[in-house]
Amino acid sequence: MIRNESSVLDHYQAMELAVSALLIEKGYFTEEDMVAEINAMEKRTPEIGAAVVARAWVDAEFKERLIEDGTAACESIGLDMGPTRLMVVESTNEVHNVIVCTLCSCFPRMLMGIPPDWYKSENYRSRVVREPRAVLKEFGTVLPDGISVRVHDNTADMRYLVLPRRPDGTEGMSQEELAKLVTRNSMIGVAIVEAP
Amino acid sequence: MARFSPGDGVTVRWSFPPGHIRTPYYIRGKSGEVAQVLDSFANPEELAFGRDGLPKQPLYRVRFAQNRVWPQYSGMVGDTIDVELYEHWLEREGAQ
Repeated sequence: MIRNESSVLDHYQAMELAVSALLIEKGYFTEEDMVAEINAMEKRTPEIGAAVVARAWVDAEFKERLIEDGTAACESIGLDMGPTRLMVVESTNEVHNVIVCTLCSCFPRMLMGIPPDWYKSENYRSRVVREPRAVLKEFGTVLPDGISVRVHDNTADMRYLVLPRRPDGTEGMSQEELAKLVTRNSMIGVAIVEAP
Repeated sequence: MARFSPGDGVTVRWSFPPGHIRTPYYIRGKSGEVAQVLDSFANPEELAFGRDGLPKQPLYRVRFAQNRVWPQYSGMVGDTIDVELYEHWLEREGAQ
Protein backbone atom coordinates (compact mmCIF):
# COMPACT_ATOMS: atom_id res chain seq x y z
CA MET A 1 0.00 0.00 0.00
CA ILE A 2 1.17 3.52 -0.72
CA ARG A 3 1.88 5.36 2.46
CA ASN A 4 2.67 8.92 3.15
CA GLU A 5 5.47 8.64 5.65
CA SER A 6 8.82 10.14 6.32
CA SER A 7 11.83 7.98 5.52
CA VAL A 8 12.50 7.29 9.21
CA LEU A 9 9.82 5.19 10.86
CA ASP A 10 9.20 5.45 14.56
CA HIS A 11 8.66 2.32 16.64
CA TYR A 12 4.88 2.18 16.24
CA GLN A 13 4.93 2.92 12.50
CA ALA A 14 7.45 0.11 11.99
CA MET A 15 5.40 -2.26 14.15
CA GLU A 16 2.20 -1.40 12.30
CA LEU A 17 3.83 -2.10 8.93
CA ALA A 18 5.32 -5.36 10.14
CA VAL A 19 2.12 -6.62 11.77
CA SER A 20 -0.12 -5.72 8.82
CA ALA A 21 2.34 -7.35 6.39
CA LEU A 22 2.35 -10.52 8.52
CA LEU A 23 -1.45 -10.66 8.80
CA ILE A 24 -1.79 -10.25 5.03
CA GLU A 25 0.90 -12.87 4.37
CA LYS A 26 -0.82 -15.32 6.71
CA GLY A 27 -4.14 -14.74 4.97
CA TYR A 28 -6.15 -13.17 7.81
CA PHE A 29 -7.17 -10.44 5.42
CA THR A 30 -6.03 -9.06 2.06
CA GLU A 31 -4.54 -5.73 1.14
CA GLU A 32 -7.88 -4.96 -0.61
CA ASP A 33 -9.78 -5.64 2.66
CA MET A 34 -7.52 -3.20 4.42
CA VAL A 35 -8.02 -0.48 1.80
CA ALA A 36 -11.80 -1.06 1.90
CA GLU A 37 -11.85 -0.72 5.70
CA ILE A 38 -9.81 2.49 5.60
CA ASN A 39 -12.14 3.90 2.93
CA ALA A 40 -15.21 2.94 4.97
CA MET A 41 -13.69 4.60 8.03
CA GLU A 42 -13.02 7.80 6.11
CA LYS A 43 -16.62 7.92 4.86
CA ARG A 44 -17.96 8.19 8.39
CA THR A 45 -18.34 11.80 9.46
CA PRO A 46 -19.95 13.70 12.35
CA GLU A 47 -22.98 14.38 10.12
CA ILE A 48 -24.18 10.87 10.96
CA GLY A 49 -24.15 11.66 14.68
CA ALA A 50 -25.70 15.08 14.06
CA ALA A 51 -28.65 13.45 12.30
CA VAL A 52 -29.15 11.13 15.28
CA VAL A 53 -29.08 14.09 17.70
CA ALA A 54 -31.54 16.13 15.63
CA ARG A 55 -33.88 13.17 15.39
CA ALA A 56 -33.78 12.77 19.17
CA TRP A 57 -34.62 16.46 19.61
CA VAL A 58 -37.76 16.26 17.49
CA ASP A 59 -38.87 12.71 18.25
CA ALA A 60 -39.39 12.05 21.97
CA GLU A 61 -40.06 8.36 21.48
CA PHE A 62 -36.78 7.92 19.54
CA LYS A 63 -34.90 9.87 22.20
CA GLU A 64 -36.22 7.57 24.90
CA ARG A 65 -35.08 4.49 22.96
CA LEU A 66 -31.72 6.11 22.20
CA ILE A 67 -30.97 6.67 25.87
CA GLU A 68 -32.31 3.24 26.84
CA ASP A 69 -30.27 1.35 24.21
CA GLY A 70 -28.23 3.52 21.86
CA THR A 71 -27.08 0.64 19.68
CA ALA A 72 -30.58 -0.70 19.03
CA ALA A 73 -32.05 2.77 18.43
CA CYS A 74 -29.36 3.61 15.85
CA GLU A 75 -29.71 0.24 14.14
CA SER A 76 -33.48 0.81 13.94
CA ILE A 77 -32.85 3.82 11.68
CA GLY A 78 -30.48 1.86 9.46
CA LEU A 79 -27.08 2.74 10.92
CA ASP A 80 -24.40 0.07 11.03
CA MET A 81 -22.98 0.13 14.55
CA GLY A 82 -20.29 -2.52 14.11
CA PRO A 83 -19.05 -4.45 17.12
CA THR A 84 -19.11 -1.63 19.68
CA ARG A 85 -22.04 -0.65 21.87
CA LEU A 86 -23.38 2.86 22.08
CA MET A 87 -24.23 4.73 25.25
CA VAL A 88 -25.94 8.08 24.79
CA VAL A 89 -25.71 10.56 27.65
CA GLU A 90 -28.04 13.55 27.68
CA SER A 91 -26.90 17.01 28.70
CA THR A 92 -29.57 19.05 30.45
CA ASN A 93 -29.95 22.22 32.48
CA GLU A 94 -28.53 20.28 35.43
CA VAL A 95 -25.75 18.14 33.93
CA HIS A 96 -23.25 18.75 31.15
CA ASN A 97 -21.53 15.63 29.79
CA VAL A 98 -18.09 15.37 28.22
CA ILE A 99 -16.34 12.25 26.91
CA VAL A 100 -12.73 11.11 26.90
CA CYS A 101 -10.74 7.91 26.67
CA THR A 102 -7.83 8.30 29.06
CA LEU A 103 -6.25 5.01 27.98
CA CYS A 104 -6.21 5.44 24.20
CA SER A 105 -8.68 6.88 21.68
CA CYS A 106 -12.01 5.06 22.16
CA PHE A 107 -14.54 7.12 20.23
CA PRO A 108 -17.99 6.55 18.68
CA ARG A 109 -16.44 6.20 15.23
CA MET A 110 -19.59 4.69 13.72
CA LEU A 111 -21.34 8.02 14.32
CA MET A 112 -18.47 10.49 14.04
CA GLY A 113 -15.65 8.92 12.05
CA ILE A 114 -12.05 9.36 13.06
CA PRO A 115 -11.49 11.32 16.29
CA PRO A 116 -9.80 14.73 16.05
CA ASP A 117 -6.08 14.80 16.92
CA TRP A 118 -6.64 16.80 20.10
CA TYR A 119 -9.00 14.09 21.39
CA LYS A 120 -6.08 11.64 21.24
CA SER A 121 -3.57 14.06 22.74
CA GLU A 122 -2.07 13.41 26.14
CA ASN A 123 -2.95 16.98 27.09
CA TYR A 124 -6.71 16.49 26.59
CA ARG A 125 -6.79 12.95 27.97
CA SER A 126 -4.95 13.79 31.17
CA ARG A 127 -6.51 17.19 31.87
CA VAL A 128 -10.19 16.79 31.05
CA VAL A 129 -10.61 14.26 33.83
CA ARG A 130 -9.12 16.43 36.55
CA GLU A 131 -9.92 19.97 35.40
CA PRO A 132 -12.80 19.63 32.95
CA ARG A 133 -14.03 23.17 33.45
CA ALA A 134 -10.64 24.64 32.55
CA VAL A 135 -10.51 22.48 29.40
CA LEU A 136 -14.06 23.44 28.42
CA LYS A 137 -13.13 27.09 28.83
CA GLU A 138 -10.26 26.63 26.37
CA PHE A 139 -12.89 25.49 23.86
CA GLY A 140 -14.86 28.65 24.62
CA THR A 141 -17.43 26.81 26.70
CA VAL A 142 -18.31 28.41 30.02
CA LEU A 143 -21.18 26.75 31.85
CA PRO A 144 -23.55 28.71 34.06
CA ASP A 145 -23.36 28.05 37.80
CA GLY A 146 -25.58 25.23 38.89
CA ILE A 147 -24.72 22.91 35.99
CA SER A 148 -22.63 19.94 37.08
CA VAL A 149 -19.95 18.57 34.79
CA ARG A 150 -19.95 14.82 34.31
CA VAL A 151 -16.91 13.36 32.59
CA HIS A 152 -17.23 9.92 30.97
CA ASP A 153 -14.03 7.93 30.63
CA ASN A 154 -14.93 5.35 27.98
CA THR A 155 -12.21 2.81 28.44
CA ALA A 156 -14.06 -0.48 27.99
CA ASP A 157 -16.77 -1.92 25.76
CA MET A 158 -19.17 1.01 25.43
CA ARG A 159 -18.74 4.07 23.23
CA TYR A 160 -20.26 7.34 24.37
CA LEU A 161 -22.12 10.01 22.47
CA VAL A 162 -23.22 13.21 24.13
CA LEU A 163 -26.78 14.26 23.32
CA PRO A 164 -26.33 18.02 23.63
CA ARG A 165 -29.04 20.24 25.05
CA ARG A 166 -31.29 21.64 22.32
CA PRO A 167 -30.75 25.40 22.24
CA ASP A 168 -33.60 27.72 23.14
CA GLY A 169 -35.21 29.52 20.25
CA THR A 170 -35.08 26.55 17.85
CA GLU A 171 -38.66 25.38 18.40
CA GLY A 172 -39.71 26.11 14.83
CA MET A 173 -36.77 24.40 13.13
CA SER A 174 -36.98 21.17 11.15
CA GLN A 175 -34.91 18.08 11.90
CA GLU A 176 -32.69 18.82 8.89
CA GLU A 177 -32.11 22.42 9.98
CA LEU A 178 -31.34 21.32 13.53
CA ALA A 179 -28.83 18.73 12.33
CA LYS A 180 -26.78 21.51 10.72
CA LEU A 181 -26.32 23.16 14.13
CA VAL A 182 -24.87 20.04 15.77
CA THR A 183 -21.07 20.02 15.73
CA ARG A 184 -18.61 17.22 16.42
CA ASN A 185 -17.35 19.09 19.47
CA SER A 186 -20.86 19.33 20.91
CA MET A 187 -21.25 15.56 20.63
CA ILE A 188 -17.94 15.11 22.48
CA GLY A 189 -19.15 17.64 25.02
CA VAL A 190 -16.45 20.31 24.77
CA ALA A 191 -18.96 22.68 23.17
CA ILE A 192 -22.64 23.44 23.46
CA VAL A 193 -25.01 23.84 20.52
CA GLU A 194 -25.86 27.45 19.78
CA ALA A 195 -29.05 28.72 18.18
CA PRO A 196 -28.36 30.31 14.76
CA MET B 1 -25.14 -12.44 37.78
CA ALA B 2 -23.83 -9.02 38.72
CA ARG B 3 -22.60 -8.74 42.29
CA PHE B 4 -23.34 -5.02 42.67
CA SER B 5 -26.47 -2.97 42.04
CA PRO B 6 -27.04 0.69 41.20
CA GLY B 7 -26.43 2.83 44.29
CA ASP B 8 -23.93 0.41 45.87
CA GLY B 9 -20.79 2.02 47.25
CA VAL B 10 -17.70 0.40 45.72
CA THR B 11 -13.94 0.87 45.91
CA VAL B 12 -11.59 0.20 43.01
CA ARG B 13 -8.81 -2.25 43.91
CA TRP B 14 -5.47 -0.64 44.74
CA SER B 15 -3.58 -3.01 42.50
CA PHE B 16 -0.93 -2.72 39.82
CA PRO B 17 -0.78 -5.96 37.83
CA PRO B 18 1.29 -6.10 34.63
CA GLY B 19 -0.34 -6.59 31.24
CA HIS B 20 -3.16 -5.00 29.27
CA ILE B 21 -5.27 -3.34 31.96
CA ARG B 22 -8.34 -1.21 31.20
CA THR B 23 -8.61 0.32 34.67
CA PRO B 24 -7.07 3.80 34.63
CA TYR B 25 -4.39 4.44 37.27
CA TYR B 26 -6.04 7.57 38.63
CA ILE B 27 -9.16 5.71 39.73
CA ARG B 28 -7.44 2.86 41.60
CA GLY B 29 -8.14 2.99 45.32
CA LYS B 30 -10.97 5.50 44.85
CA SER B 31 -14.54 5.00 46.03
CA GLY B 32 -17.73 5.78 44.17
CA GLU B 33 -21.24 4.57 43.53
CA VAL B 34 -22.54 2.13 40.92
CA ALA B 35 -24.51 4.24 38.42
CA GLN B 36 -25.43 1.46 36.03
CA VAL B 37 -24.88 -2.24 35.52
CA LEU B 38 -23.89 -2.70 31.89
CA ASP B 39 -23.72 -6.03 30.12
CA SER B 40 -21.13 -8.74 30.69
CA PHE B 41 -18.12 -8.82 28.40
CA ALA B 42 -15.13 -11.08 27.80
CA ASN B 43 -12.27 -9.93 30.03
CA PRO B 44 -9.99 -7.69 27.91
CA GLU B 45 -7.01 -8.47 30.16
CA GLU B 46 -7.25 -12.06 28.88
CA LEU B 47 -8.29 -11.25 25.29
CA ALA B 48 -5.13 -9.17 24.93
CA PHE B 49 -3.06 -12.36 25.22
CA GLY B 50 -5.13 -14.38 22.76
CA ARG B 51 -7.17 -16.20 25.41
CA ASP B 52 -10.97 -16.45 25.40
CA GLY B 53 -11.59 -14.03 28.28
CA LEU B 54 -14.25 -16.30 29.77
CA PRO B 55 -16.19 -16.29 32.00
CA LYS B 56 -17.54 -12.92 30.94
CA GLN B 57 -17.18 -10.15 33.49
CA PRO B 58 -20.04 -7.82 34.43
CA LEU B 59 -19.16 -4.26 33.47
CA TYR B 60 -20.28 -1.30 35.57
CA ARG B 61 -20.52 2.41 35.10
CA VAL B 62 -19.25 3.75 38.41
CA ARG B 63 -19.76 7.40 39.35
CA PHE B 64 -17.13 9.18 41.44
CA ALA B 65 -17.40 12.62 43.03
CA GLN B 66 -14.56 14.64 41.50
CA ASN B 67 -13.54 16.05 44.88
CA ARG B 68 -13.01 12.48 46.14
CA VAL B 69 -10.84 11.60 43.14
CA TRP B 70 -8.72 14.76 43.10
CA PRO B 71 -8.09 16.37 46.50
CA GLN B 72 -7.21 19.66 44.77
CA TYR B 73 -10.29 19.64 42.53
CA SER B 74 -11.23 23.21 41.71
CA GLY B 75 -14.58 22.72 39.95
CA MET B 76 -17.99 22.50 41.57
CA VAL B 77 -19.02 20.15 44.36
CA GLY B 78 -21.55 18.31 42.19
CA ASP B 79 -19.05 17.48 39.44
CA THR B 80 -18.59 13.77 38.80
CA ILE B 81 -16.67 11.35 36.64
CA ASP B 82 -18.07 8.06 35.35
CA VAL B 83 -15.62 5.25 34.65
CA GLU B 84 -16.37 1.83 33.20
CA LEU B 85 -14.98 -0.90 35.43
CA TYR B 86 -15.10 -4.67 35.30
CA GLU B 87 -16.38 -6.49 38.38
CA HIS B 88 -13.07 -8.08 39.36
CA TRP B 89 -11.69 -4.56 39.93
CA LEU B 90 -14.40 -3.64 42.46
CA GLU B 91 -14.80 -4.27 46.17
CA ARG B 92 -17.67 -3.26 48.40
CA GLU B 93 -16.84 0.13 49.91
CA GLY B 94 -15.56 -0.24 53.46
CA ALA B 95 -14.87 -3.98 53.05
CA GLN B 96 -11.10 -3.73 52.51
